Amino acid sequence: MIRLTLLVAARAVLCGLPLAVLTAWALARLHFPGRALLNTLVHLPLVLPPVVTGWLLLLLFGLHGPLGALLHQWFNVRLVFTSEGASLACAVMTFPLMVRAVRQALEAIDPGLEAAARGLGAGRLDRFVTITLPLAAPGILAGGVMGFVMCLGEFGAVITFVANIPGETQTLPLAIYAALQAPGGEARAASLSLVSLTLALIGLFLADWPARRLNRMLGR
Amino acid sequence: MTISVRLRHRFPGFSLDAAFAVPSRGITALFGPSGAGKSSILGAAAGLWRPDACRITIDEDVFADTDAGVWLPPERRRAGIVFQDARLFPHLSVAGNLRYGLRRAPPNGALAPIRFDDVVGLLGIGPLLSRRPHTLSGGERQRVAIGRALLSQPRLLLMDEPLAGLDTALKAEILPYLAALGAAAGRPVLYVTHALDEVMRLADQLVLVEAGRVLAAGALSAVAERADLPLARRDDAAALLEGRVAEHDRPRELTRIAAGGAGFWVPLVDAAEGTALRLRIPAREVILAGRAPEAISVHNIVAGTVRQIVRDPARRTVIVTVALTAGDPGEGALLARVTPDAVARLGLVAGAPVLALVKSTAIEVLR
Repeated sequence: MIRLTLLVAARAVLCGLPLAVLTAWALARLHFPGRALLNTLVHLPLVLPPVVTGWLLLLLFGLHGPLGALLHQWFNVRLVFTSEGASLACAVMTFPLMVRAVRQALEAIDPGLEAAARGLGAGRLDRFVTITLPLAAPGILAGGVMGFVMCLGEFGAVITFVANIPGETQTLPLAIYAALQAPGGEARAASLSLVSLTLALIGLFLADWPARRLNRMLGR
Repeated sequence: MTISVRLRHRFPGFSLDAAFAVPSRGITALFGPSGAGKSSILGAAAGLWRPDACRITIDEDVFADTDAGVWLPPERRRAGIVFQDARLFPHLSVAGNLRYGLRRAPPNGALAPIRFDDVVGLLGIGPLLSRRPHTLSGGERQRVAIGRALLSQPRLLLMDEPLAGLDTALKAEILPYLAALGAAAGRPVLYVTHALDEVMRLADQLVLVEAGRVLAAGALSAVAERADLPLARRDDAAALLEGRVAEHDRPRELTRIAAGGAGFWVPLVDAAEGTALRLRIPAREVILAGRAPEAISVHNIVAGTVRQIVRDPARRTVIVTVALTAGDPGEGALLARVTPDAVARLGLVAGAPVLALVKSTAIEVLR
């Protein structure tokens, strides 16, 4: 179950973070119609009750939902009641915070450096890869690790969207919840909580240390 | 072969309407007070912002022509830009910074390639190659930035007050590199500055900018000797003469420099005969006379013709341009700041012959 939790979180971050970087970049650097709308949409899971987010996911990605039906017909992919679905729920829930972390890092970059790169012959994609990404790396890394740690604890959206199926969708917090619901489960809940705490602490340490190293390399 | 810039733009509370054309060789200084629009002109040449209307060309390359709908993005102009704040990439080493532009440089065509080792040697940055930008001093950073721009194999170099953030000692450290650079790289340089001493030392051409307009553009000495420009009203106004070491008189510890069609004695200069030098002769150090005085310490008494007399009412003085060789404008001229009374007593009018007395110790020998 710990392995399942780590797998669900890792998948959520691996898929969510690149998308978060692109979204943050678009929000920070591009001016396009619908930018405010995108910004609102991205932040929605942060302010909605998680159970509502989970239910909306169920509506969208359920087997009869518009996206779920397509995925099922074309790719034979089912998200409801699967660990992949748990990853999706986690990714959606942590997305706003990852975007915020990356966006902050992007906005802290001196735009003069990108202008300098332009003068040296670097086109848009070239600049993004060789200047923007490396300079934002500490922020991206921190956002990723923070997202990962938060995924480990996602509850409301996950249980609503994929239910609490041991071995399939029962991540750590869901297992703790199940233990507390069962008579005499306090001991199990306590030991699982300890595991949860340990993972969170390791995650926070990991988030801090490489970011500090990267920042030192950049002379910050 | 010409660098030609014409641009118009309306900022809130400030309008820019500038046009000039200068030969596309050597260093062209854009000089003027802060806020005159010099950096905006340079930025438009670099393509970093887009004026309402502009046409910017260098030789046969059109950077921008709003009438024809041409606007090259900066990454395709091949303009090596050096910013006031060096803007080195903090995540790359000095060598990585230097190679950033080099790797993206297109084939050179007719221009000789600028080689990595040459630039490193010219700027004296060999020992810095493995360092990170944040460990460099301000002067070192600026040298690396100049090297990075050079190595991008630019069509021309655009420098925006590259020395403005540095103290006097660091300026002195970098100035010789900059002077060597124009000749070594064989690329024209547009150089923005509000420091007249940098202009006097570095520039071959001068574009005088004030309040968004170009007041004058041309060879440095030709612009500097005009009595009607605000440049001549400055306290440190001076004429510039290009010259060569003619002879040394070692027993008397003097050197004669042939410049602007005349000879000037200066305290012994440590340079071989024939060496090209530039003389800076401050306007307030020049005495005008009708006849040659006798028994006087002044070494230099040169004959000339009054070309221009312009009053400076604010200071109750007059600025006089004295052409050194009559009938040959552009050959060489001195500026003299005198009183209106002196002009009246000597009967100075345009075309009148006059003698200019210049103390040998008042002449500044540059380069």
